[in-house]
Amino acid sequence: MLNHCFLCRNEDLKEMLESSKESLKLEAMKRIVGLIAKGKNASELFPAVVKNVASKNIELKKLVYVYLVRYAEEQQDLALLSISTFQRALKDPNQLIRASALRVLSSIRVPIIVPIMMLSIKEASTDLSPYVRKTAAHAIQKLYSLDPDQKEHLIEVIEKLLKDKSTLVAGSVVMAFEEVCPDRIDLIHKNYRKLCNLLVDVEEWGQVVIIHMLTRYARTQFVSPWREDAVFDENSEKAFYDSEEERRVEQSKPYIMDPDHRLLLRNTKPLLQSRNTAVVMAVSQLYWHLAPTHELSIITKSLVRLLRSHREVQYIVLQNIATMSIQRKGMFEPFMKSFYVRSTDATHIKTLKLEILTNLANEANISTILREFQTYVKSQDKAFAAATIQAIGRCATNISEVTDTCLNGLVLLLSNRDETVVAESVVVIKKLLQTQPSQHSDIIKHMAKLFDNITVSMARASILWLMGEYCEHVPKIAPDVLRKMAKTFTSEEDIVKLQTVNLAAKLYLTNSKQTKLLTQYILNLGKYDQSYDIRDRTRFIRQLIVPNEKSGALSKYARRILMAPKPAPVLQSAFKDRDRFQLGTLSHSLNSQANGYLELSDWPAVAPDQSVRIVEVVEPVKEAGAPVFGKSKPGKSDEKFYSDSEEEEEEEEEGSSSEDSSSSSSEESESESESEENSDDSNKSSSSQSDSEKKKKTLKNKKLQQQKPDSKDRTKFFLMHIVLSFSNQFVASCRCSLLCLYVFLVCQFDTISWDVRVSLQASSPVFVPETSRELLHRMTGKGLSAQYRFTRQPCIYGNSMVSLQLTLSNSSDQALENIHISEKSSTGQNIHRFNAIERLEPQASVTVSMGVDFNDSTQAANFQLCTKEDEFSVSIQPAVGELLLPITMSEADFTKEQIYNKITKTLKLNLNEIPCGLSVWLANDRLGTGNLFKNNNLLKCYKYLNI
Amino acid sequence: MPNHPVPVPSSVLAALKNKTIHLSAAKMIHSLFLVNASGDIFLEKHWKSVVSRSVCDYFFEALERATEPENVPPVIPTPHHYLINVLRHRIYFVAVIQSEVPPLFVIEFLHRVVDTFQDYFGVCTEAAIKDNVVVVYELLEEMLDNGFPLATESNILKELIKPPTILRTVVNTITGSTNVGEQLPTGQLSVVPWRRTGVKYTNNEAYFDVIEEIDAIIDKSGSTITAEIQGVIDACVKLTGMPDLTLSFMNPRLLDDVSFHPCVRFKRWEAERILSFIPPDGNFRLLSYHVSSQNLVAIPVYVKHNISFREGSSQGRFELTLGPKQTMGKAVESVLVSSQLPRGVLNANLNPSQGTYTFDPVTKLLSWDVGKINPQKLPSLKGSMSLQAGASKPDENPTINIQFKIQQLAISGLKVNRLDMYGEKYKPFKGIKYMTKAGKFQVRT
Repeated sequence: MLNHCFLCRNEDLKEMLESSKESLKLEAMKRIVGLIAKGKNASELFPAVVKNVASKNIELKKLVYVYLVRYAEEQQDLALLSISTFQRALKDPNQLIRASALRVLSSIRVPIIVPIMMLSIKEASTDLSPYVRKTAAHAIQKLYSLDPDQKEHLIEVIEKLLKDKSTLVAGSVVMAFEEVCPDRIDLIHKNYRKLCNLLVDVEEWGQVVIIHMLTRYARTQFVSPWREDAVFDENSEKAFYDSEEERRVEQSKPYIMDPDHRLLLRNTKPLLQSRNTAVVMAVSQLYWHLAPTHELSIITKSLVRLLRSHREVQYIVLQNIATMSIQRKGMFEPFMKSFYVRSTDATHIKTLKLEILTNLANEANISTILREFQTYVKSQDKAFAAATIQAIGRCATNISEVTDTCLNGLVLLLSNRDETVVAESVVVIKKLLQTQPSQHSDIIKHMAKLFDNITVSMARASILWLMGEYCEHVPKIAPDVLRKMAKTFTSEEDIVKLQTVNLAAKLYLTNSKQTKLLTQYILNLGKYDQSYDIRDRTRFIRQLIVPNEKSGALSKYARRILMAPKPAPVLQSAFKDRDRFQLGTLSHSLNSQANGYLELSDWPAVAPDQSVRIVEVVEPVKEAGAPVFGKSKPGKSDEKFYSDSEEEEEEEEEGSSSEDSSSSSSEESESESESEENSDDSNKSSSSQSDSEKKKKTLKNKKLQQQKPDSKDRTKFFLMHIVLSFSNQFVASCRCSLLCLYVFLVCQFDTISWDVRVSLQASSPVFVPETSRELLHRMTGKGLSAQYRFTRQPCIYGNSMVSLQLTLSNSSDQALENIHISEKSSTGQNIHRFNAIERLEPQASVTVSMGVDFNDSTQAANFQLCTKEDEFSVSIQPAVGELLLPITMSEADFTKEQIYNKITKTLKLNLNEIPCGLSVWLANDRLGTGNLFKNNNLLKCYKYLNI
Repeated sequence: MPNHPVPVPSSVLAALKNKTIHLSAAKMIHSLFLVNASGDIFLEKHWKSVVSRSVCDYFFEALERATEPENVPPVIPTPHHYLINVLRHRIYFVAVIQSEVPPLFVIEFLHRVVDTFQDYFGVCTEAAIKDNVVVVYELLEEMLDNGFPLATESNILKELIKPPTILRTVVNTITGSTNVGEQLPTGQLSVVPWRRTGVKYTNNEAYFDVIEEIDAIIDKSGSTITAEIQGVIDACVKLTGMPDLTLSFMNPRLLDDVSFHPCVRFKRWEAERILSFIPPDGNFRLLSYHVSSQNLVAIPVYVKHNISFREGSSQGRFELTLGPKQTMGKAVESVLVSSQLPRGVLNANLNPSQGTYTFDPVTKLLSWDVGKINPQKLPSLKGSMSLQAGASKPDENPTINIQFKIQQLAISGLKVNRLDMYGEKYKPFKGIKYMTKAGKFQVRT
């Protein structure tokens, strides 16, 4: 009957779907979605629904998509009808439509369309819109779960998408990576630094995934920072070293953290302030697994903050804190009070808090904690009260000072009215007494008295065991207890029966005169018991203690077997071994390995090659093969995605906030146009101003020759090229490639010697950014604001100096007098100061130039900017690129110098590709690397090559 | 160097294949079930292949075992799946997971779903969800793709799917237009994904509420065992264009531990202790903070109590008096006292000097709506409780939970110094409100 009705309604819906009215169709679809939501089967409407897949009405279309994804797997043939619509939509100019078409297409779980999906994913992964590329990353996982055989092709797509610079894509592609090929760590190397730098700007869900992946990555690539810390976690620490010898070797060298390791720690730290609890937890576990121990404390506050969140969040966070607090009490001890239990907490929250409090207990705070526990014992929540008693037991064994206090407290609890409390106390007392039985025969006597009133079997069994074990301390009472037990034996629970048999046997051995008959009676009862276990035990005991001809040698030792001193049980936390799982994971939460859990590897003893992370050339994202409909603005939209953390200066340089500061003089526009000419012209652009540069160059070369007489004009220079175009977007990528270049240089210098036979001449820079960076904000400067800009011109004050242009403006309403740079420089850089400005009128601004010798390092130059009244500390941090100068070199010269094959190869490759210009940057920088040009000052030589 | 295929032993191949199968278990959120207080599934949504409802049986088992609704463990393992649930507004949101995923990831997301529903429908109840099932489905579809969160910012979602209003429903039926946006929300692609573009208001206003909650445990004798202040700054910003705001405090050092809305520029805060941000449009939580427990926390109310049961008697005494203390001259309002009386209590016969009280004989929950505390005439609740005859005296005295509000006061002393706007020309209307509330405020008796 009901079924019939349902069918009627479906007929009704079918009609509506087939009508020509859009509104009726929509109404029908809404009802169908309602059915799906309730879990009702609406699959028979498939033919009627699928017709509407090409509808113009976007809401209708979306609802059809919902339906399709739900039922396509069941109706594969019909689902194929819709495929062409999606294929068409994949070419739509609207990125939202392209993306949602791909989403649905990839969600239709029909194996036949796997090739189409593969193709669409490949295409979408080169789409201009990052949103579509993000969708492609999601589709990878879907296709993979549909057809794992596509793995290899999918990995190719992942590799390509990992290079994507959009923050939108990063999280999704790492997710795909984790799902499809988590073991292909090699794909991450080149993207490691980029991911670290983008991290702050990735959406929060992506952050979680990336952080977890990077944690795993870091554990395979860096060496342990915990080396000096011998106290920390000895068990797992030892495992990292194969032998003691190796350990000694390791420790003999001082530990220096890999800069990439540091980069990860530094860039994740601000995320501890995230509002997303999953992100905070992810960073915390990263620090736990990767940070040097002394830096660990910064995660404490954030974790404690999470305890204010929802119940479920508290639960997970408390579990993780419980694991942490076992190894490091100190981390959470100052926050002990945050773990005090409230009567309104859920039971599992209470138990976890209790666990943590117990872990945190030490000699100093135990009295406070015990006082708190006293309140908990009285709780109406009896399960919690019982857990508290166990906790007291643990405190008592761990801290010997309070064992007696705890024991007395527990004995008091024996007169509690609640049975669970009493039973739990008995069990805990039993465990405690095992540590020092002789002093506590009073307690045993007391418990014997209570025995009649206790009905919980576990507690009864515990008392019986105590009697038997320490029967010598209570010689009068024990036989009496046995007598009582003989009476009730048949009605006891198994566990109690077993302990009765035990007690009987022990008494028989120690005091056979009084108990022989009782024992035999009990053994007889046990012989005919219903339970196998008890019958077995009885038989065993009888053979053991009652000597007869068959029993042989064993019975001689019966006393030694039964009355052997037993080690006291160790009361330890349930979280003791949880640290075998990565914190924050599902497996940790369940304390069992979840499906798909990826083990966190141990630190390698020797760090793998660091240079794998160096990115040689950063090319702009090639948009080749992208759909032609590119209505989305390519450069502009991409540019926005550069992380602002990528490099501070970069962001500010690009930032269009201060449109065009007055500082951009005509000189630069000239130089820019000049360089433009150069790119078209052949190599003639040796400017006269570079004479000084030349001199210095030769000088340098001489010096080098002295160092290395055998290689005449060889200098340890290394040629790298960087493609420069004039688009703003491109400068950004150059910037970051410069950094990479720098690191690369540092690593390669040892092995490469390079001829510089070419006469090197500094040329004018190709591009000079016109925006300036802030030196002093007008708020902090009390009206005085200062901006600076690298002019990228040779400095007139000295060869080793970098020239800077400073724009000072007065935004207060009073004139500022005597603006100058204070004589004392805090960091020791040589600074050529500008002449003091006597007076700066309100709203006026003035541009001055100065020179700073950065000593070839990116260390910030700190100095004092002074007015008549005030002093402001300011600092300028140069990017590596600002320390370099361009040089000119003919193509012929250039090709001659192909000593370093690999590089030239790439170069040539690029020569063919790059239409507008190619710069050769010769860089030398001794920063941080002791091995090259130890005593030389900055060598600025870089120039621009014309083709 | 060309890669020549190397013959692989078949055992290795088999191992590889096994591994593939193992890894192909889909990650993240597979399905979502909504379960109401009476244990019925009233909505299901699958992002991947369909998981049978019967998986929820494990959840129902846990539900039965739990004595209180809150006692259901948030993570429940089943043979093939893992169930992660959150309880909000008496609805369980049960997510089905197939493999390893950070549990907080799922929990946080589920709470975000609830927040979104609340934002869209005003309330998040079974009825509201059932009434708006299409919008709910559309939202869930946008929020997750293949089980991975896609769009969770309210500003973005609202551009994709317009919240249902009566007016819009009427307009839609007449004009045939839809609730679904046709363009990709601009926020998705911009550097400020939390703010939609093209915002216009005739009245530009920005309101900030500084709300502080006191969490405290007071012991029997009235001394404070633990007390801390948790604060938030909730904002309602309705400003045209792309305003850039800065908010500075008189005493930023008070803020011990903070967490920000993604819009806040962290570096600026680190360096200058100034909140600088481009706000989302509408309501949002700008900041939550913690005032360190090292600072002494002022406790604004005190409780005098005498709750006693005598052995052998079927009567118990109940006396409670509330009074203000350290309120900086402000009135304590909306006071609500609640207490879970011991199970042995059958009924309570009490007499409040002001307000009304209720006692539920089933749950044993006593609650007393006091209202405002008048320092001249302190509110009190006195009377007797009748106990089960013959039952022994309850062990524990009940804890008393207190709620209250104090307007115009941030108990930590936090003060906003100034709010400035850059980037836009108009003069906005600005307002700051302070409030102190009781958080988890318990008095042990």
